[in-house]
Amino acid sequence: MKLPEAAGLALAFIARLVTGAQGHWHGSTPKAEQRIYFANHQSHFDWVLIWAALPRDLRAATRPIAARDYWTATPLKHWITREIFNAVYVSRQRSKDAPAPGEDEDPLEPLMEALRNGDSLVIFPEGTRGHGAEPASFKSGLFALAQAFPEVQLIPTWIDNVQRVMPKGEVVPVPILCAVVFGKAIALAPGEERRAFLDRARAAVMALRDVA
Amino acid sequence: MGQLRTLSVTQQVGLLFVFLFGLLSLVTLIAFSRSFRDVSAERQAGRERLARELRALWISALLFWIAWASGPFVSTLLFGLVSFFALREFVTLTHTRRADHRALLLAFFVILPAQYVLVGTRQFNAFTVFIPVYVFFAIPVISALANDPFRFLERTAKIQWGITVCVYGMSHAPALLLLELPNYRDRGAFLVLFLVIVVVVAQLGQDAASRRMRRRPVARAISRSFSWRAFAVGAALAGIAGVLLFWTTPFKPLPALAMGAIAGAAGTLGEFVMKALQRDAGARNWQGGSSVTGAVGLLDRVAPLCFAAPVFFHSVRWYFGN
Repeated sequence: MKLPEAAGLALAFIARLVTGAQGHWHGSTPKAEQRIYFANHQSHFDWVLIWAALPRDLRAATRPIAARDYWTATPLKHWITREIFNAVYVSRQRSKDAPAPGEDEDPLEPLMEALRNGDSLVIFPEGTRGHGAEPASFKSGLFALAQAFPEVQLIPTWIDNVQRVMPKGEVVPVPILCAVVFGKAIALAPGEERRAFLDRARAAVMALRDVA
Repeated sequence: MGQLRTLSVTQQVGLLFVFLFGLLSLVTLIAFSRSFRDVSAERQAGRERLARELRALWISALLFWIAWASGPFVSTLLFGLVSFFALREFVTLTHTRRADHRALLLAFFVILPAQYVLVGTRQFNAFTVFIPVYVFFAIPVISALANDPFRFLERTAKIQWGITVCVYGMSHAPALLLLELPNYRDRGAFLVLFLVIVVVVAQLGQDAASRRMRRRPVARAISRSFSWRAFAVGAALAGIAGVLLFWTTPFKPLPALAMGAIAGAAGTLGEFVMKALQRDAGARNWQGGSSVTGAVGLLDRVAPLCFAAPVFFHSVRWYFGN
């Protein structure tokens, strides 16, 4: 076993010790199909929790999105996201005014490429960590991905309780039981409007709250 | 019994475990052979409950065996882990706020390990006062530093209560394993087993009695089955179990009766208190219910022990005057 793999197992073990990290499947089953899991976002711990709740053989093919400026800043952060999680790096700042030549890369392009390779993704369509009880409205990236890859399953995911484990601004997690609920796949209807689809996706995530 | 006394301590304890596992295997076999018959849905539910209970018993029996076979260090560690899981469940059920984060970190990662280190190194005086004196003082200080006055007393009290039950109470079980009594060296495993058996007997006795007698419940809003008479039956049965087991303990028969009754009573009252807490948290049952995220039902199982262990431990120490 190589170091990244061992570190990954250790990390998953710690996540389970701290939160239980129970995965509940309602309406979908843990299968090795190409998927986009989209979830509510409340803490830095969210990704680790989803990752630990997935069966071990699905973890390798399921990749998170990481902000390039933050997660490549130090060798350790870079190593963790690259070697353990196999993260897809995206640039956060889209040069707004006067894009320099060669720099106006579509921020979704790395995601599209990962999907073309057949990988599964976990995305947080709120864009940022929320602190209210309800997730903020979804950003349009999910819609673009659904449009470009109609054959990829879109699995709504609700993460319960995690904001208590690691509130914004804290670094050490407190042991509290959490659950990750995976719901029934949704699909983009023919001719469906962007806003309507995003609201439907958000509702699908929130509907899982009552199941948790 | 005379022959048993001539065996070495290790052989006695070994025999105890052979007996325990034999009994469990027998019950499991009977339950398994019965599971082939068709029965009504109601009986089926009862059967599933039995299967769950049996699994829990197997796990705890195996834990005891590992704890005893691998010496004080590992056993302290094991009880520490159980304590950790129980506290995790307790904190999940109580509503804490952001400002409690540091206090909770202190509870999980400083207080809990420190308490078990004190037990493992047999510093019984420090272990007895560490939580009631120093932690009692430290938790509100940390909470106040978090700069959030909203329901301050309530939040602090919840954390302190959780620590007292899940850490302080539970840590008295390994303390019994390590307690050195005159003429009773290395036989702490018997004391723990004595405690567990009388607590279980008291619970079962109380359950059966409340079902038979249909007395008026003392506190209907909290438990429909708790009545004083059922409680007395449970405690009395625990006392009788204590007398029957007196040869495994350092007590004479009469004190063994008293010890059994005291520990059994403490255990059932502890369970009663936990029921009140469950009602408060809105969970009818620790493991079911939609509001409680994946709580595993461990707290429910260990709570009677958490309440009975300190009472029993200090009764034993007081009895021997050390």
